Amino acid sequence: METPEIPTFECETGNYHTFCPISCVAWLYQKIEDSFSLVVGTKTCGYSLQNALGVMIFAEPRYAMAESEEGDISAQLNDQKELEKICLQVKSDRNPSVIIWIGTCTTEIIKMDSEGIAPKLEKQLGIPIVVARANGLDHAFTQGEDTASAAMTHRCPEYYPRDTNQQEEDVTKRVADNAATNTKSFEKTGKLNRRSLVLFGSLPSSVASQLNLESKRQSVPVSGWLPSQKYDELPALGEGVYVCGINPFLSRTATTSMRRRKCQLIGAPFPIGPDGTRAWIDKICSVFGVKSDGPEERESQIRKTLSDYLKIISGKSVFFMGDNLLEISIARFLIRSGMVVYEVGIPYMDRRYQAAELLLLQHTCEEMKKPMPRIVEKPDNYSQVQRMHELQPDLAITGMAHANPLEARGIDTKWSVEFTFAQIHGFVNARDAPELVTRPLRRRSNSISDCCSLSKQIVST
Amino acid sequence: MKLAYWMYAGPAHIGTLRVASSFRNVHAIMHAPLGDDYFNVMRSMSERERDFTPVTASVVDRHVLARGSQEKVINSISRKDEEHPDLIVLTPTCTSSILQEDLQNFVERASLSSESDVILADVNYHVNELQAADRTLEQIIRFHLDRARRQSTLDRSVTIAPSANIIGIFTSGFHNQHDCRELKRLPGESGVSVNQVIPEGGYLKYLKDLPRAWFNIIPYREVGLMTAAFFEKEYGMPYISITPMGISNTADFIRQIEKLVNVWAFALAEERLNYKLYIDNQTKFVSQAAWFSKSIDCQNLAGKEAVIFGDATHAASITKILVKEMGIRVSCSGTYCKHDAERFNEQVQGLCNEVIVTEDHTKVGDTIARIEPSAIFGTQMERHIGKRIDIPCGVISSPVHIQNFPLGYRPFLGYEGTNQITDVIYNSFNLGMEDHLPNLFGGHDTKKVSNKSLSTDRRDINRTPEAESEPSRIPGFARGRVKKNTEVFAKQSNILEITIDVTYAAKEKSST
Repeated sequence: METPEIPTFECETGNYHTFCPISCVAWLYQKIEDSFSLVVGTKTCGYSLQNALGVMIFAEPRYAMAESEEGDISAQLNDQKELEKICLQVKSDRNPSVIIWIGTCTTEIIKMDSEGIAPKLEKQLGIPIVVARANGLDHAFTQGEDTASAAMTHRCPEYYPRDTNQQEEDVTKRVADNAATNTKSFEKTGKLNRRSLVLFGSLPSSVASQLNLESKRQSVPVSGWLPSQKYDELPALGEGVYVCGINPFLSRTATTSMRRRKCQLIGAPFPIGPDGTRAWIDKICSVFGVKSDGPEERESQIRKTLSDYLKIISGKSVFFMGDNLLEISIARFLIRSGMVVYEVGIPYMDRRYQAAELLLLQHTCEEMKKPMPRIVEKPDNYSQVQRMHELQPDLAITGMAHANPLEARGIDTKWSVEFTFAQIHGFVNARDAPELVTRPLRRRSNSISDCCSLSKQIVST
Repeated sequence: MKLAYWMYAGPAHIGTLRVASSFRNVHAIMHAPLGDDYFNVMRSMSERERDFTPVTASVVDRHVLARGSQEKVINSISRKDEEHPDLIVLTPTCTSSILQEDLQNFVERASLSSESDVILADVNYHVNELQAADRTLEQIIRFHLDRARRQSTLDRSVTIAPSANIIGIFTSGFHNQHDCRELKRLPGESGVSVNQVIPEGGYLKYLKDLPRAWFNIIPYREVGLMTAAFFEKEYGMPYISITPMGISNTADFIRQIEKLVNVWAFALAEERLNYKLYIDNQTKFVSQAAWFSKSIDCQNLAGKEAVIFGDATHAASITKILVKEMGIRVSCSGTYCKHDAERFNEQVQGLCNEVIVTEDHTKVGDTIARIEPSAIFGTQMERHIGKRIDIPCGVISSPVHIQNFPLGYRPFLGYEGTNQITDVIYNSFNLGMEDHLPNLFGGHDTKKVSNKSLSTDRRDINRTPEAESEPSRIPGFARGRVKKNTEVFAKQSNILEITIDVTYAAKEKSST
């Protein structure tokens, strides 16, 4: 057998299309029900938000722009006074439990001291103000959520383990039980588990409770989520708390919870696709010293229900242009499903945080006897399009800026942003990701036109 | 700082990019942070564009913040050179405006090594999308014509047959593509050919032939007037800035063409053209709008109230159509084009009760809620306001969604345009009988009266249950009005609780 290929990483010019990280307000304000997000920036930020969020704008969202004007930029106006005025207005109109300031490129360039102003205003207003610097200078798309969660990590209450000695006994007893019987008895003891598990990453509440259930099935109850549905339900963090990420773009949150809150990070693959979910559960169980109960059967069972989709995608090739950091996990799932991945573009690759995911990718390639894809950090969209012309992949997973032009050139595409908003986590949602991936391929079979190119450009590059 | 949820016109660089990407083989490079290339998504999605949008970013990141762009912009420009564009437009964004880097210097350095022309778009964050588009168009035209003049490649002889340039058709414009087709036909049918359309689909190498046209047509006030003024000043070319929207405006437009053509036609061939017959025929037979105004259908619309909001061109023209051609009462007409407020006021003067010039959509919403018209004509934002308070809305202006880039032929200009507009207007009002009869008998459904209101200054007054159900017996289009009248009456007479008696008393008072 061939020696396993070690993933190779390349880095290009960073000239790629992605959403501005401030787009994270779109799902954060919906996730944290009692929050209000205030984006401090210019018209450019506002315009990209209003276009990116489309219809949501009209639904009286709990977010707004604090639009900088001439006086703010030339420092004729006092930042603190201006923000105070706006936050007072927000308080009287909406009365949120927390205001999240989303810093932008503008606040970075004019060096607005948001972190300094926030505590002062917080005292004055009586509303917590969380500062997240989600700007396009440093971050891409989903990393915006990372900055916000990392900022919220500091706001989580302190964790105090209850009666350590007694629980210590419980744990040893439970482990013994576990080894001996593997029965329901640890349902009871599981609750007394001294070590608490906190998951981080913003998911729709239904998906979060599915993962809770999945974890509870293994008698490792989830004690909290970051972010939580309500601001005052933030989970307790501290020594003895295990944290685990459910999305690949949360490296800053992981670091903050380890370094600043002394939590222990469980480095697991992410619960995307049935294979990912199983590996995720296995890892958590092993950390908690629990023998995992049947995720293997669960995975193969779920895999069977996907057979109709797998038939379509098996053997097809795919090219990720890269814009939301979910790429590695989805590529791994698609390889497991029998696809060939040519290239995985990714805005930013944290090799430590994603280590387990990368390892799983490597194993998956070995097992499925598929070549290891090249991983391109900070890709260059122009070169990628050239490469795609040569490779002619069956599917390109790409942003909306390139989707229509690629379709016109005969390459089927799937918008990558849909993976960010679709429910792709856990066993229950296993069908959603292949549903998205196969949509363009299914459409192909009864295509009305067999023109290989509908582009208007005469000379195609 | 100001609190903002929504804006009607985008930031300046969007305007520049719209103009640059409308020309063929022109490439724009934005000096912008990651994520600011949102324009590519908009163009690719809303216009279902088949080709890659010729816009890239020279990314401003942490390093640029620390050390300046240095070679980065120049490298970005020379890389684009590989694709051999005719022109590269370096586009500043809000971020780069604040950074205050010497972009002009980069442009000069890059143009030494570049085979393409390179210019820096002369826009900054003080202007909005439309003003920037206007300015960039003028800048590109001026750049090429001045150079052609220096190289004496400029052809200044006018064409033998009368011809015109159409200036201001470009990407992401509201029904621009369809309007363009209609506009080509309009003078075409009367013997005036179209010299060039810019910027949409225009090649830079032909720009030097622009002065060969007899005159310029500027269909939309927002973009093109600066270019027209440039041509008038430098080349003595007259221009028509009447928007041929609606029957009377279109007739004015054609009369203007007649006037301009005759100046030259008389000099060249000593003959005069007369378009009176053409206008008559078109009005009577091609456009159905004139006949519609006389028909019984339109009678039902007479005296109904409408509120109009949009860009200056569309809002003013639609106001004129509603009032003068259909006999509809326009309670309020408004625009978000603050920079063109004076001219807008002048245009709609005497046609409506109230003029509103604002960029704040909540003000527009409150105005609509207060007036409670039978129909709204506005942008997508007004459509959503209408949805919330149950008033139908026809979309007549940008900003718009993908659904306002229809595949079918839907011009707003010219004679076919009058037909389309009539449909939009007529379909927006609830059909007379359909609305009236069911409501007269209490409605087909038991839908509760909408209490949602956008108006902020409304005091809560109690209503007894009987009085609460009373409005459901009033026909829908008048319901809001009656309810409000009752409340005003109650307030005036210091009544704290509205009973049925109060409702009737209010009605009595208002009818006397």
